[in-house]
Amino acid sequence: MSPQPLSVVEERQGNASIVSSSLVHGSLNSAELKERNYMGLSDCSSVDSCTASGFSDENKCSLNLKATELRLGLPGSQSPDRDEDNCVLSSGKLDEKPLFSLLPSKDGIFSSPQKTVASGNKRGFSDAMDRSSEVKSKIFHEGKWAYPSDLPEPDTPQSAAHVKFPANAVVKSISSKEHSGSQLPLPTEAFQDRARGVNQISAGQMTPANNNNTPPAAKPQVVGWPPIRSFRRNTLATTSKNNDEVDGKPSSRPLFVKVSMDGAPYLRKVDLRTYSKYQDLSSALESMFSGFTIGQCVSDCAPGKEPMNESKLRDLLHGAEHVLTYEDKDGDWMLVGDVPWEMFVDNCRRMRIMKSSDAIGLAPRAAEKCKTRN
Amino acid sequence: MPALMAFSFPEDVMEHIFTFIDSDKDRNSVSLVCKSWYEIERWSRRRVFIGNCYAASPRIVIRRFPEVRSLSLKGKPHFADFNLVPEGWGACVDPWISAMAEAYPTLEELRLKRMVVTDEGLELISRAFKNFRVLVLSSCEGFTTDGLGAIAANCRNLRELDLRECEVDDRCGHWLSCFPETCTSLVSLNFACLDGEVSFPALERLVGRCTNLKTLRLNRAVPLEKLPNLLKRAPQLVDLGTGSFSVDLYPELSSNLLGAVTGCKELKSLSGFWDVTPACLPSIYPVCSGITSLNLSYATIRRPDFVKLVSQCHNLHQLWVLDYIEDSGLAAVASSCKDLKELRVFPSYINDAEQNFQLTERGLVSVSEGCPKLRSVLYFCHQMSNEALFTIARNSPNMTRFRLCIIEPHTPDYLTQQSLDAGFGAIVQHCKGLQRLSLSGLLTDRVFEYIGNYGKKLEMLSVAFAGESDLGLHHVLSGCPSLRKLEIRDCPFGDKALLANAAKLETMRSLWMSSCSVTLGACKLLGQKMPRLNVEVIDERGSPESLPDDCLVERLYAYRTVAGPRFDMPSFVWTVDEESNSRPS
Repeated sequence: MSPQPLSVVEERQGNASIVSSSLVHGSLNSAELKERNYMGLSDCSSVDSCTASGFSDENKCSLNLKATELRLGLPGSQSPDRDEDNCVLSSGKLDEKPLFSLLPSKDGIFSSPQKTVASGNKRGFSDAMDRSSEVKSKIFHEGKWAYPSDLPEPDTPQSAAHVKFPANAVVKSISSKEHSGSQLPLPTEAFQDRARGVNQISAGQMTPANNNNTPPAAKPQVVGWPPIRSFRRNTLATTSKNNDEVDGKPSSRPLFVKVSMDGAPYLRKVDLRTYSKYQDLSSALESMFSGFTIGQCVSDCAPGKEPMNESKLRDLLHGAEHVLTYEDKDGDWMLVGDVPWEMFVDNCRRMRIMKSSDAIGLAPRAAEKCKTRN
Repeated sequence: MPALMAFSFPEDVMEHIFTFIDSDKDRNSVSLVCKSWYEIERWSRRRVFIGNCYAASPRIVIRRFPEVRSLSLKGKPHFADFNLVPEGWGACVDPWISAMAEAYPTLEELRLKRMVVTDEGLELISRAFKNFRVLVLSSCEGFTTDGLGAIAANCRNLRELDLRECEVDDRCGHWLSCFPETCTSLVSLNFACLDGEVSFPALERLVGRCTNLKTLRLNRAVPLEKLPNLLKRAPQLVDLGTGSFSVDLYPELSSNLLGAVTGCKELKSLSGFWDVTPACLPSIYPVCSGITSLNLSYATIRRPDFVKLVSQCHNLHQLWVLDYIEDSGLAAVASSCKDLKELRVFPSYINDAEQNFQLTERGLVSVSEGCPKLRSVLYFCHQMSNEALFTIARNSPNMTRFRLCIIEPHTPDYLTQQSLDAGFGAIVQHCKGLQRLSLSGLLTDRVFEYIGNYGKKLEMLSVAFAGESDLGLHHVLSGCPSLRKLEIRDCPFGDKALLANAAKLETMRSLWMSSCSVTLGACKLLGQKMPRLNVEVIDERGSPESLPDDCLVERLYAYRTVAGPRFDMPSFVWTVDEESNSRPS
């Protein structure tokens, strides 16, 4: 169970990315290396060697397919052929010294010697905490197993690769016989400095979460994120409008309105601020209430354009099964699209997707209002 | 008649002893001792708490506990708060009310959370339960102020009417005026979430004659000018939620308000402060030193005014603020509020990355350093580091609730660009009593390893945009012995971990997974294997029969139940299992 030679790491870079059980013992998961090697092996000089000693090969891929093979047994049960060394939470398996002492009294995990870290060069044993430095971007490959990369050779001066410590490294410590139960050594601040060198290289490969990259443009809004209750969102939205002091971008405040559809058993709420024109709103609603055709939205009635008239509206209604209507601040039901977008957002209290046949009656009033508004 | 042993107590002695047992857990244990105790216990239970209204049914509850006086029910899953559960999903309380109207005529208290309540239901409550006293509705919806009017008019002994962040269709009627002039029993009145105006004379009279009123939370529509009169009529108030706190203070109002506030010598809790303007704040300075709970989370004032206020509140236990307070404001909190137990910092600008104020992880770190009793945190910010989390974990080992929301998903440690696994790992390792945890930022499967391993007391875990593979989910489900609620969104967790840990789900209240990698086939299998789970697929694309087994479900909600599958589901919800295929309503 000797540690793998450094060269193996470099070889693996080019390997296929398939993870298989055969890689379990003593082989690094090349897919992981490939995916997670942000820096290239030789780039980052600030990376130290992982000097954690005595990692057995079989621990390297402990988080592997087998461990996650479907077993419908009770949690914790293992089939006999499962390599126990690979079981993440198994305890007392190996002789490896833990990289961290886990005695409760020791505050050692926090007292990582910053001094030795500062240079970012080779460190002593205690710096094996670096294994927990995971410079990983979000790795989500649909349908693929994305394993944390294995711990590369502990003894040799590694460059970048080992910085991305896999959970394996942690697992090995768990398996140490010296500690009963599974104990995970926790990383320390040690890796920070070292990882700074990683910064530049990793930045480019990070997913958009990295703020170093392009300035935040209009981000697509994720439903229900950040997790703030609608009550609070809507309250703050109106509060900011009233308060000049904090006026920054009122348009960034969410504005939720309810949308109901005739025949559908449920309502939805949409944030009108996430759309900038009727077309966006229309397509969003189409996908929410799938199975109906909203038809054409009445196009923006911009000032200066020819005002909407009855016949034009009727033409539009003619082609669609449903139309989108809204209740404005006066309590009147109007066809969506009869006023400029901003005015619509200010006036809309809620929306309803009506059958076209029901909406015909709205056309005259919509036209009237449009005239007076324009 | 149970077999008598020489030293057994008669039943009525046991019954008397059981009246001293309040906690549900203890009562559940007691009921398992023997049949006799089971019987005595069930007849003597007065308070029932049901954390998931679909875990039982009215009939089952009534059959077991015939003499209930107080019922608490929770309905929709927590993520419904964030629009992840389409409306119409369920959790209507009316069937419960109808059943209890017959079975529990002496019902006194009803506490509901995330349930749909109708006016008819409220009206039935007001007529069916002669001794009804307490109505608490948290995050509920579906009713109007007409229903409230019925409660006000008909509940002769109403003590508490508490509406917490409900969505109420405000008909701007005179629901408050429906309280009869003979009503003097109110102890707690909270209508802060309502939009419309109430009749001020009616309010003043009501407040004046309810001499036991301890909690009064007004809504935004109550202007500041009205506050002095209200306070003068209720100097015994302990908990005050102001209405709008903004006005051009003319001298008379200012001294009037100050005097009225000063007269409330029992005030412990302050909230409201809608539309606050800084000039009005000094009027509450006189009571700051006695305040233990302060909710400024709707007050968009800036740091200097915050600091002036908060630094006088030396006895604060609970503080809710907006991020306008900035790091330096939180540093002031850390030095002034040494008894602080709970801190919540909400975001003001959600989508704006360019803040012109400075709230970072440093604020939280300084509070953890200065406030040794800190145990509950909800914190929204834009950046975090593992180092900060280590410090917090070390400073606050008594933390029981830790919810951190880094607003941009997948945000790494801003100092090192690494994941935040280590930091959260430190939290779970050091805070041995941690019961609730919400994760955010860039996280791999490793953080779940830490959680599964160290989170011995963890009961609720919220996960979003985290993890890399099924292993993450497996860690949690195979660890965390106390886990009751797990909610996950947008994580690459799929079938394997779910099915491998199916048995775990019966030890939990519920599991929510949305926008993950769970296939329909796995849901069916789960439903089939675990008959005491309801495995609901909430999917708006169409019936599971029309979708292939390998397609990913939009949302999965699995919960244990003794009531079997429910039958009130809307068209986009199915209880799935392989045998009977999918079962819509």
